[in-house]
Amino acid sequence: MRVEQLNTATINFDQIRSDFPILGLQVSGKPLVYLDNAASSQMPKSVIDRIVRYQNEEHSNIHRAVHYLSELATREFEAARVKVQRFMNAAESREIIFTRGTTEAINLVMHGYGRAFIGKGDEIILSSLEHHANIVPWQMLAEENGAVLRVIPVNDAGELLIDRFEALFNERTKFLALSHVSNALGTINPVKEMTAFAHGHGVPVLLDGAQAAPHQILDMQDLDCDFYAFSGHKMCGPTGIGVLYGKAHMLEKMQPFMGGGDMILSVTFEKTTYNVIPAKFEAGTPPIMAAIALGAAIDYLNGIGMGNIAAYEHELLGYATARISAMPGVRIIGTARNKAAVISFEIKGVHPHDVGTILNSEGIAIRTGHHCAQPVMQRFCVPATARASFAFYNTKQEIDKLVAGIRKVQEMFS
Amino acid sequence: MTDLRQLYQEVILDHNRKPRNFGSILGANRHAEGHNPLCGDHIKLSMSILNDKIDSIAFEGEGCAICKASASMMTGVVKGKAVQEADMLVEEFRGMATGTLDPDHQDNHLGKLKVFAGVKDLPSRVKCAILPWHTLHAALHSEFSVSTEGDADPAGDHA
Repeated sequence: MRVEQLNTATINFDQIRSDFPILGLQVSGKPLVYLDNAASSQMPKSVIDRIVRYQNEEHSNIHRAVHYLSELATREFEAARVKVQRFMNAAESREIIFTRGTTEAINLVMHGYGRAFIGKGDEIILSSLEHHANIVPWQMLAEENGAVLRVIPVNDAGELLIDRFEALFNERTKFLALSHVSNALGTINPVKEMTAFAHGHGVPVLLDGAQAAPHQILDMQDLDCDFYAFSGHKMCGPTGIGVLYGKAHMLEKMQPFMGGGDMILSVTFEKTTYNVIPAKFEAGTPPIMAAIALGAAIDYLNGIGMGNIAAYEHELLGYATARISAMPGVRIIGTARNKAAVISFEIKGVHPHDVGTILNSEGIAIRTGHHCAQPVMQRFCVPATARASFAFYNTKQEIDKLVAGIRKVQEMFS
Repeated sequence: MTDLRQLYQEVILDHNRKPRNFGSILGANRHAEGHNPLCGDHIKLSMSILNDKIDSIAFEGEGCAICKASASMMTGVVKGKAVQEADMLVEEFRGMATGTLDPDHQDNHLGKLKVFAGVKDLPSRVKCAILPWHTLHAALHSEFSVSTEGDADPAGDHA
């Protein structure tokens, strides 16, 4: 970490902007200010070029034919898996399952693990900060088999109440599904300590890392969670690719999620023998191009250094928080001590959708709405919020434009 | 910015600040609720129809400026109108908001409701403007609850 901090000074984060063609766009006649990174990030030219090269020179189906292209595509696809493994410090590359995204990864665990090992009356612990993707699958399981959901409450800052969390455990507790970083508020949960506590009760843990993977160093050996899920398109990769990490011994005892080609060893009409992991969970032709592009995105991020990215984004968050919280009539929702570069806010007397439309006319892209986290909105008694979420290619000048945009909204509605 | 200023005209901002006919009608004989699950806009409409005419109408709920102003102006415009006339306005407003009716060049009865013409250029906001009208249609025809999502989408294919 010390080395990474030393590097920060040597990286020119303004220069990085020229790696992203889309950041040169004009929107509403103004330079694009893209502050919707928690929804989806933008793609650097190196990843775009990698996609083009794959489609022009390498595409074929994988794990099948003996011809040149199939072998090449297979090699590149599997190389991407190894890149993911190293990116998150997983013990083995077979612990990396490619999915369509975080949502599919969580659903895979619900079907493959939940249906087999969580039964009637068993309890699943979630937090009140979860994205719908880490609520609805467990609710579906509970409706199907009578399992019970227990929810960790938060304080007014948007931090999980750890004593209440610990008090939820009992002999019926069978699973903990928890976001690493809240998409709506930016809270970074103490997942390592919470995982250790759950393991102390013999409870396996899934972490939804969709908002964490793009912004910090990931270390599965250190976190020790049983499952970790994230999406490629929030970390400079394309849509349609995500990752489920699972400890090998967990993945091995799970049931397949989908049946089809590639996930079998042999098929007769009497019996099918399933393939070993990771193939067991990758039925059908996977998103080959997207997986290879995710590998290229990881190369790009590693070139900057995830520690550097985290440090720079933390600086942006500090600057934005200071400027926005100083504005009269603006309230920041989510003021956890440990936060990722996400600012959810409301402007007194103005609905977030009007905020979003007016900021758009200034070329500023933010997200407005419930952020697929309606329980969070209910907890903080707001129908919706406006949310600015930053990436390493954002600048303090862009935050100044956001502040000016918020003033414009206030003037219009005054 | 010019387009946006046009949409957020003083009249819309004024209706947002001071919505007219806000509340509910005692002894109403028609009710409907409309909601937009994507943004949380929520409108409750109550009205009293006498001799096929809208005798009184009121709304309450939560929403953005466009939704609230649309509801406020709508209630003002349809009060006293025959059900058939209100139905026609629902159609015309929907046409204007989705861009199939050009209120400056095609016959219509929209009058001051034309301030909402600008939403057609903001696809994500069309539903905000139409929700109250969709809810009115439901109340007139005794459907209790409508949503901007699903088969009954008021903005149809345009949103």
